[in-house]
Amino acid sequence: MKFLRPALLIASKDLRSEFRTKETLNASFSFALAILVLFSFAFDPDSDMIRQIAGGLLWMVFAFSSALILNRGFAREVPNDCLDTLIASPVSGAQLFLGKTLANYVLLLLVEAVSLPVFGVFYNANWARRLGPLMLVFVLAAWALAVMGTMFSALTVNLRLRELMLPALLYPALVPALMAAIQLTNLLIAGDTVGKEDQIWFRLLAGFDAIFTLLGLALAETVFVG
Amino acid sequence: MRNPILYLFAAVAAVLLAWDLYKVFMVLPDELNQGMIYRIIYFHVPAAMVAFAAFFGSLVASAGYLTTKEMRYDSFSAAAIEVGFVFATVNLVTGSIWGRIIWGIWWTWDARLTSMFVCWLLYAAYLLLRRAIDEPAQRARLSAVLSIFAFTDVVIVWKSIEWWRTQHPGPVLSIRGGGGMAPGMQAPLYWNALALALLATILLVLRMRQEAARREIDSLRRQAYAL
Repeated sequence: MKFLRPALLIASKDLRSEFRTKETLNASFSFALAILVLFSFAFDPDSDMIRQIAGGLLWMVFAFSSALILNRGFAREVPNDCLDTLIASPVSGAQLFLGKTLANYVLLLLVEAVSLPVFGVFYNANWARRLGPLMLVFVLAAWALAVMGTMFSALTVNLRLRELMLPALLYPALVPALMAAIQLTNLLIAGDTVGKEDQIWFRLLAGFDAIFTLLGLALAETVFVG
Repeated sequence: MRNPILYLFAAVAAVLLAWDLYKVFMVLPDELNQGMIYRIIYFHVPAAMVAFAAFFGSLVASAGYLTTKEMRYDSFSAAAIEVGFVFATVNLVTGSIWGRIIWGIWWTWDARLTSMFVCWLLYAAYLLLRRAIDEPAQRARLSAVLSIFAFTDVVIVWKSIEWWRTQHPGPVLSIRGGGGMAPGMQAPLYWNALALALLATILLVLRMRQEAARREIDSLRRQAYAL
């Protein structure tokens, strides 16, 4: 609890300042909408096609629109040397990292929660047939996005080419998580149950989350302080 | 390249490569099913071995840098990834040529091909990151962290291939429990791996020296500015 409190404080500070301006959320959500529209030109959105590619489409939308949120996470602290102040404050690197990850996680989940029904309306897809497992996929995969994205945005925050570097680092690193999320989302939106052989994708997601959360917490101090 | 050991390595690598080329092209017969194109395996597989050895070396050196903060670990890590990246490219390109002949396509999104490509992209990102940071200590620190993340990720990517259907030929070497290759055909592959490993070592040492020289020039320049 002692470890968590500062992290939660940082997360709530970030979320409060985000909800006051809503600049990142609005940008990310309208970007997600734009991608959804563009995809409708990439293929003929009939119901058979949707069954096959729903997972891929949704996770492409989330992965791309999340880059906007993840980029802002630390960039927000750069003006007025806020980041230096945070680092100098009696908060460890791991706590700072966890707080930032939590704030990004909430924002990512919000964008996903709004985009999913919009996707359902635009593409005439009945996505709620396996709501429980689908939510589990979203919760796990969004954490993968948040933890990887926060780590890499911490790595790139002081660079000149910050906005350019993050996608180049983030997307290849997310391949295993996105692969699992796409596979499961395809299954669940089609209304199938997750069979025994597909359980492995849940394990992959959970393992990915656990490994990179631990690695991130262990290396955060090094990234921020040195 | 004044170090005599490097000359020795270069000589051994050259002799081994020449002898192997002779064996592979003049002595060994065509393979029963694939014909002559199978010979690409003598470069394809050793290149992958060397690339992964280099990436693993960078992982160890990165951990070494983070614990000791000694710049030579950073030079080693950067040099290993640059050299490994070249060999990974060789692996991808030779594999693609082989696929064109045997499968009739340059590329397929088979799991092993995909994971090698993802690995290549990750280390390309590492090289990009290094270029984007000017301050040496910061560059060393952040790229060491990225190297650790990248290697962990590569292992996960690699593991997940076994859960995805695969089109790539299974292991053929006896060390991987394959045993699908005649011993006479297998030996040149190991010798080639040794030759490429020596070549990679030479490149790595040269690149490390360049990095050390660059650091020295940088620090002299700083001193000059300070004066």
